[in-house]
Amino acid sequence: MMTKKITMRVNGREVVVEVDIRESLLEVLRGRLNLKGVKKGCSVGECGACTVLINGEPIDSCIYLAVWTDGKEIRTIEGEETGGKLSKLQQAFVDEGAVQCGFCTPGFIMSARALLDSGKKLTRQDIIKGLSGNMCRCTGYQNIIRAVERAIEDKV
Amino acid sequence: MQAIGKNVRRIDAVAKVRGQAKYVDDLTTKDVLVAKVFRSTIANGWVKRIDTSKAAALPGVEAVVTYEDVPKHTFPTAGHPYTKDPEHQDVADRNLLTRRVRFYGDEIAAVVAVDEFTAEQALKLIEVEYEEYEPILTAEDALKEGAVEIHQGTKNIIDHTGYELGDVAAAFAGADYIFEDEFKTSIVQHCQLENHISYAYVESDGRIVIITSTQIPHIVRRIAGQALGVPWGKIRVIKPCVGGGFGSRQDVVQEPLNAFLSLTVHGRPVKLEYSREECMIASRVRHAIDFKIKTGVKKDGTIVARELQAISLNGGYASHGHAVVSNAGAKFSHLYPYNASKFDATTVYTTAPVAGAMRGYGIPQVTFAVESHLDDIARSLGLDPIEFRLKNLVQQGYVDPLSGIRVDSCGIRECIARGKELIRWDEKKAQGKGNTAPAERGRPQLKKEQTGTVRRGLGMACFSYTSGTHPVGLEIAGARLVLNQDGSVQLQIGAAEIGQGSDTVFAQMTAETIGIPVEMVHVLSTQDTDLTPFDTGAYASRQTYISGMAVVKAAEEIKARVLNYASGMTGIPAGSMDIINAMLVHKHNGEQIISLADVALDSYYDRDSASPITADVSNNARINALSFGCTFAEVEVDLATCKVEVLKIYNVHDAGRIINPQLAEAQIHGGVSMGLGYALSEQLLFDPKTGKPLNNNLLDYKLPTVMDIPEISTSFVETYEPSGPYGCKSLGETPAISPAPAIRNAILDATGIKFNELPINPHSLFKKFKEAGLL
Amino acid sequence: MYNITKYYEAHSVREAIELLQANPKARLIAGGSDLLIKMHQGKIEAAELISIHNLPEISGISLEPDGTIIIGAGTTFSQIANHPVIKEHIPVLAEAVETIGGPQVRNVGTIGGNICNGSTSSDTAPTLFASNAGLRIQGASGTRVIEITDFYQGPGRVDLQHDEVLTAVLLSTDNYRGFAGHYIKYSMRKAMDIATLGCAVVCKITVQAVIEDFRLAFGVAAPTPVRCRKTETMVKGRTFSEELLLEVGKSAVAEVNPRTSWRASREFRLHLVEELSKRAFKQAFIRAGGKLQ
Ligand SMILES: Cc1cc2nc3c(=O)[nH]c(=O)nc-3n(C[C@H](O)[C@H](O)[C@H](O)COP(=O)(O)OP(=O)(O)OC[C@H]3O[C@@H](n4cnc5c(N)ncnc54)[C@H](O)[C@@H]3O)c2cc1C
Ligand code: FES
Ligand code: FES
Repeated sequence: MMTKKITMRVNGREVVVEVDIRESLLEVLRGRLNLKGVKKGCSVGECGACTVLINGEPIDSCIYLAVWTDGKEIRTIEGEETGGKLSKLQQAFVDEGAVQCGFCTPGFIMSARALLDSGKKLTRQDIIKGLSGNMCRCTGYQNIIRAVERAIEDKV
Repeated sequence: MQAIGKNVRRIDAVAKVRGQAKYVDDLTTKDVLVAKVFRSTIANGWVKRIDTSKAAALPGVEAVVTYEDVPKHTFPTAGHPYTKDPEHQDVADRNLLTRRVRFYGDEIAAVVAVDEFTAEQALKLIEVEYEEYEPILTAEDALKEGAVEIHQGTKNIIDHTGYELGDVAAAFAGADYIFEDEFKTSIVQHCQLENHISYAYVESDGRIVIITSTQIPHIVRRIAGQALGVPWGKIRVIKPCVGGGFGSRQDVVQEPLNAFLSLTVHGRPVKLEYSREECMIASRVRHAIDFKIKTGVKKDGTIVARELQAISLNGGYASHGHAVVSNAGAKFSHLYPYNASKFDATTVYTTAPVAGAMRGYGIPQVTFAVESHLDDIARSLGLDPIEFRLKNLVQQGYVDPLSGIRVDSCGIRECIARGKELIRWDEKKAQGKGNTAPAERGRPQLKKEQTGTVRRGLGMACFSYTSGTHPVGLEIAGARLVLNQDGSVQLQIGAAEIGQGSDTVFAQMTAETIGIPVEMVHVLSTQDTDLTPFDTGAYASRQTYISGMAVVKAAEEIKARVLNYASGMTGIPAGSMDIINAMLVHKHNGEQIISLADVALDSYYDRDSASPITADVSNNARINALSFGCTFAEVEVDLATCKVEVLKIYNVHDAGRIINPQLAEAQIHGGVSMGLGYALSEQLLFDPKTGKPLNNNLLDYKLPTVMDIPEISTSFVETYEPSGPYGCKSLGETPAISPAPAIRNAILDATGIKFNELPINPHSLFKKFKEAGLL
Repeated sequence: MYNITKYYEAHSVREAIELLQANPKARLIAGGSDLLIKMHQGKIEAAELISIHNLPEISGISLEPDGTIIIGAGTTFSQIANHPVIKEHIPVLAEAVETIGGPQVRNVGTIGGNICNGSTSSDTAPTLFASNAGLRIQGASGTRVIEITDFYQGPGRVDLQHDEVLTAVLLSTDNYRGFAGHYIKYSMRKAMDIATLGCAVVCKITVQAVIEDFRLAFGVAAPTPVRCRKTETMVKGRTFSEELLLEVGKSAVAEVNPRTSWRASREFRLHLVEELSKRAFKQAFIRAGGKLQ
């Protein structure tokens, strides 16, 4: 078994982990760092449930080798709140009824976070495109789009 | 009303947006072993030889079991309440593992290892030799003379039933026109985001604990007991947060095997998680049903007789089996009742994935056939499809002769009127044959006759749906309330929150009934068969209606006890007090007497009278109510690219009183998007030569993405259903029923082409347009 | 966990080549969005990997003094879509990469991986074919440049030796300056889908609306991406008209050879070849400044 010691910043904190070279980032986040908010719906980049931000960009952590994160900045759903207080984005998901079973929610919030942090002026179409790598079977996406729109209006 | 009818925020939303909600895989312990199933790579046949020695020898493998090692008796898996009547029990046609292969991916052996990787490697070391038969994927193949029997002695028929109401032959003889047609629906899959997963271990007292993502914890307990041959009380089932169900978890898919595997490794915890690819073929799918439909109509558009024949394709094991098509038959006459109707259905085994329950339980299929057929008839007779329906629709007060269900609230006419108005039906229809809506969304205005390659059309379809399963199934639900020291209450229910929002709605009902704010209701969202009361689970759109009855009853009881206790404290008769906003008040003038918190504290700690206040209710609801509604859709069809764009879709509901509009609306969004997928893109495909699934993953199975779903508009016609708690009726499954036929009818309006098979995807558009000379 | 038996990280192209030479069974991995999927599916087992993930030497886009656009093979789709040089000079490539998967896939998938996996459904290939893209390939014995149209040898097979690395995609001025283009991806979903057919047209017109240059290429219309050379010759020098569009559609059909699979029938793909070539041509013509009558 080959391992590699990597250093990354996860949700603002520096973390040093010895990862197995075979592991996906998803497995390391859930298994070693206990960040269970990162979900697994397919393991092959199709559903977006495992979305995290790497250096600010949303990626599917299931098809990202953990060894690649050495020196990188990772953000997961657990890093979205501050001091136990929901971010405006999270609050918008609650208020707009964008959550049902909730399994897709962390992934959607991370994709939406990247959109909001892009600093771009976003149209509805931009939002839809930005969320198109995340699947949801419960909501028909309607309230998720509304939540992101609301978060933008509230200037997160 | 302070809580009912309000947009109360989901009580679990905060945990979910924080990523703190706990699903099965978030609860496993570090020492958990991992199991993987060894699946067949043929669709039909036998295992001639299996050799697991290499797998067993792999370091890290704790156990390898095959069909040789499992109990010899068979068990059922359908998520139905148990029945003592052997005649009506679900078909028990499964073993935990099988030597006889009945679909591609059938379960032959299983491996338990220290981790997932080792388990996967071990699977590759299992050697197997098959005797292979041709796959059986169609009704014709299943029923043809000399077909290989998938289950011995069945002739591949699970069941065959029917009924006749009135004199059908005479009624047809009296009809001015008779219309006949055929419709086919396809195999689709639930695709809930969380795959099937459970973990099981054995307590030191020998009891088996199964933590599982299920809709039916109590049924899992019973079926695990049956499958393992142990007393049901020796099994404890715990249901944490569930990542969606839609019926795929109204079935006992993997829990008994997982418990068996844990027993094999002496009770150590074992996790069994299906991959997406496995989940799509080895959990459950929706039945593909072939329909033949015949309708007799008078000149004035009155329907006088109907006949429906159905063959339902069930896959390799019975699961819910014939119940699904029976349900379709039993309910196909609710919406347009007539004196004469006939139904005949057969459910056959095929060597495809097992069909079970999926959102609508046979009704999306039959509604596609019926509502499409009705539009075709209206077209042939030159009648407006809406007028034609209105002429034949059910009236309030109607009693269904088969089930005895009485229609006590009926808003279908208002639903249709609302939908018509919202989509501007008359206005758009007035603009010409087909539809020539003014330019919208920047699209060019179309020519009147619609001769171009891009054509627009309008369509609609109606539905009706029951609330729960009475009188076919037992409708029992349990609720327990405990008054805490601070005047808040704990609510324990047997009904399962799986994402639909039932916990929130129950909290609202409790709060309303007792007279406290919703925040003072703490719902135990985890179902645990050792702790939470008995309830059959989340299915049949039953929870708000059926389990809600139990919740309201429990809340009424606890309120009565509080008032009684307070009467002892204050000397005021219980009957002249009420609770408003957690304060006990005089009924006649609303003056405050004492806070609920003070009563509660006293009930715990008063040295003389202390007796903590609880209520524990079990309700056997021997009643049912019909929900109604419709979908209106406007489509744009590009003939040349064979693409359909849904421009507008309105889903209008009479679901009685709406307890939580925001949750109800969200439920509709999800259902409609599922309906859109059913209509236009979703279909599980198999290689006809081998029976091998071709697209059992989320890239190749066309679940709609956010880019594929148009804006979904919803509307409620609120009626009051006297039998329902706070006047409510079913809403869980109903939104998914009518979109497919509405879209189909809109495509017909746009192109003049009848699509009688689902899905109506570009491949089928191409074929039909080509045949019709449109290309 | 992926079944990776050996893992090496290359810090330069040189090192990657040396590692390839030393490990005859090893493969390169860039974004992994193709390779890791194949490993998950069991199509590739027990892989030895040499990672060129995020290798600065081959990522990024530059505009050379002679006007050549150089896209590093390790550049991700998102980087391409958002890069000012691409947006200004060859926007059709940005349009093409935006159709790929979803945002997450576009953030890791690389243009190099998209070409080297040899797939006919590559969403960049039709545009790169139409733009006569050059591929710079570095091996132990030096660097060579070949045209992308010569690179594909069959389904999943490309002209790449075991110890070679694709380092860059080259677009010369005579293949993009003055051109406008359009890429149409036909798929069953609007995101997260593999092309049923991909169609790219790039063209150049004179002030009199004469088609000075015209290129038409497809993905999934044959075992490899293809150019329709005869159709191109037929179009060059003609004036744009609806009749010409019809001719293009018909002519294109004669130059492709799609197959029937469960994803789509040959007939349907042929129909799409005809229809999409017309639509892509028309749009490219408009973008080139042409006016419809
Ligand atoms: C959910 C999903 C959706 C997708 N949708 C699309 C789509 O819409 N359109 C599309 O075209 N593709 C799609 N893909 C496929 C994939 O993303 C692309 O093909 C991508 O370009 C692959 O690039 P990569 O860097 O990730 O490749 P890798 O997986 O890293 O490599 C792919 C192959 O190329 C070789 N290779 C990579 N770089 C080099 C190099 N520089 N030199 C030599 N060989 C090299 C590797 O050895 C490997 O054999 C999708 C994939 C997923 C998971
Ligand atoms: S789990 Fe990573 S995309 Fe589905
Ligand atoms: S809320 Fe259930 S999948 Fe999105």
